[in-house]
Amino acid sequence: MTEPSNLPRRSPYRTLETAAFWDACAEGRLVVPRCDECGERFWYPRLVCPRCGSAAVTFVEVSGRGTVYARTIMRRGDGPFRDVAPYVLAFVQLDEGPTLMTNIVGADPEAVAIGQAVRVVFDPVADSADAVPRFTPVA
Amino acid sequence: MSLRGAAFIAGAYEHPLRSIPDRTVPQVHAEVAAGALADAGLTLADVDAYYCAGDAPGFGSLSMAEYLGLRCRTYDSTETGGSSYLVHVGHAAMAIATGHASVALVTLAGLPRHGGARPGGSGRNPTAPEAEFENLWGSSVVGNYALAASRHMYEFGTTSEQLAEIKVAASLHAQHNPHALLRDVVTVAEVVGSPLVADPLHRLDCCVITDGGGALVVVSPEVAASLSRPCVKLLGHGEAMKGGDGGRVDLTYTGARWSGAAAFAEAGVTPGDIDYASIYDSFTITVLITLEDLGFCAKGEGGRFVQDGRLVAPHGGLPFNTDGGGLCNNHPANRGGMTKVIEAVRQLRGEAHPAVQVPDCQLAVAHGTGGALSTRHLSATLVLGVADA
Repeated sequence: MTEPSNLPRRSPYRTLETAAFWDACAEGRLVVPRCDECGERFWYPRLVCPRCGSAAVTFVEVSGRGTVYARTIMRRGDGPFRDVAPYVLAFVQLDEGPTLMTNIVGADPEAVAIGQAVRVVFDPVADSADAVPRFTPVA
Repeated sequence: MSLRGAAFIAGAYEHPLRSIPDRTVPQVHAEVAAGALADAGLTLADVDAYYCAGDAPGFGSLSMAEYLGLRCRTYDSTETGGSSYLVHVGHAAMAIATGHASVALVTLAGLPRHGGARPGGSGRNPTAPEAEFENLWGSSVVGNYALAASRHMYEFGTTSEQLAEIKVAASLHAQHNPHALLRDVVTVAEVVGSPLVADPLHRLDCCVITDGGGALVVVSPEVAASLSRPCVKLLGHGEAMKGGDGGRVDLTYTGARWSGAAAFAEAGVTPGDIDYASIYDSFTITVLITLEDLGFCAKGEGGRFVQDGRLVAPHGGLPFNTDGGGLCNNHPANRGGMTKVIEAVRQLRGEAHPAVQVPDCQLAVAHGTGGALSTRHLSATLVLGVADA
């Protein structure tokens, strides 16, 4: 188990469309929505397929492995992130397809590079079962 | 039906101040409305269509129309962030072309230096369906643009020095604008030596934050013919949204690829015909990617394209943002689309500062990017020309 990061976390704002995603995170599982009609695995979680318009969507577990697609070192953050800079904001393309925004943690920000292999880690939210998914370089 | 020649910009006004501690946002809307109408030689009583966006307080165009005392036939509160005002010009032309308007007023105002909304605006609204999948990770406006810059550098070898050339060109123009917030000429070394905000973007890669506003008056050909001021002809309009594409993220291009193609096709001209370009410059990277997507150079060539003073007026190959742009002059209400149109109007009227006026300027493009490059944005392009273009 990886050490939690120093980045802020809170219980996510759940909607009827996103609860299944956050519930899976609380169990330490990364899931993405998959369209039952066209098979597209997409991002962000919603109950309508942005590829074909179908409302038949199922959340499916993914490996949690991916590749850094883009990254920036945030030298100053807003709100709860004000005091934790520098931190890495990134897009990670999952091995199963979709690309999502996240943080890269557990690494020197300067050493995080596009193309680097990463895996999901879950930052637990205090006094809650919730967890925020982030990514860390594969050792 | 085409919008080519369907409408003319008869009035344009940019608020001269960059810090306004003593007025409300509605007051500034009223000031710029009066300024643009006076420029056109028209009055509030002539206005029969009104357009405003998310910077206007209250219930969209309803609140401001009542505040201003307007009685219109068409009201439009289309909100696409900083590109809204280019969208409004296109929509005004549609209303005029179909007989639903003859004099359209577009206003923008905001006071971010005095308690108004900070950058990000409605895009950070937690009830937006995408918001929680960005806010939880400490996303920010500059961070989102920096992500696009990082990918462009990775794929095409674009450098910070090349991005800096864009700021340098803007500063060379701003030195001539007495209203510009930043009038000092800067060098590439100063840009890349300024503090990093979100790698690879430095402080001097970012636009200014200013109070202020601007307004436009868009009229029918018949009204234009009755006015004494030179009117600018709308030749083409395009709008396009580009978002995360359901997770198929590609940060190397923007919606300008589609909005520009539509606008140029409607105008019947090509990028090579353009004499002057107003390009939304929230950040230097915004300009570089947009120039590629509008077709001024090939994809990936933007870094080389902006070198060697190509963007510098009056004699560069493609003079851009001759008012100093958002990078140096003005970014009122964190929304740069309005001032892009205003400077294009100045150029086509031959009323830009003499030091940056493009000789015999016949055709211009104005482009806006509302939202953020790496998450979702709405690109809007106008092709504009002199009255007989």
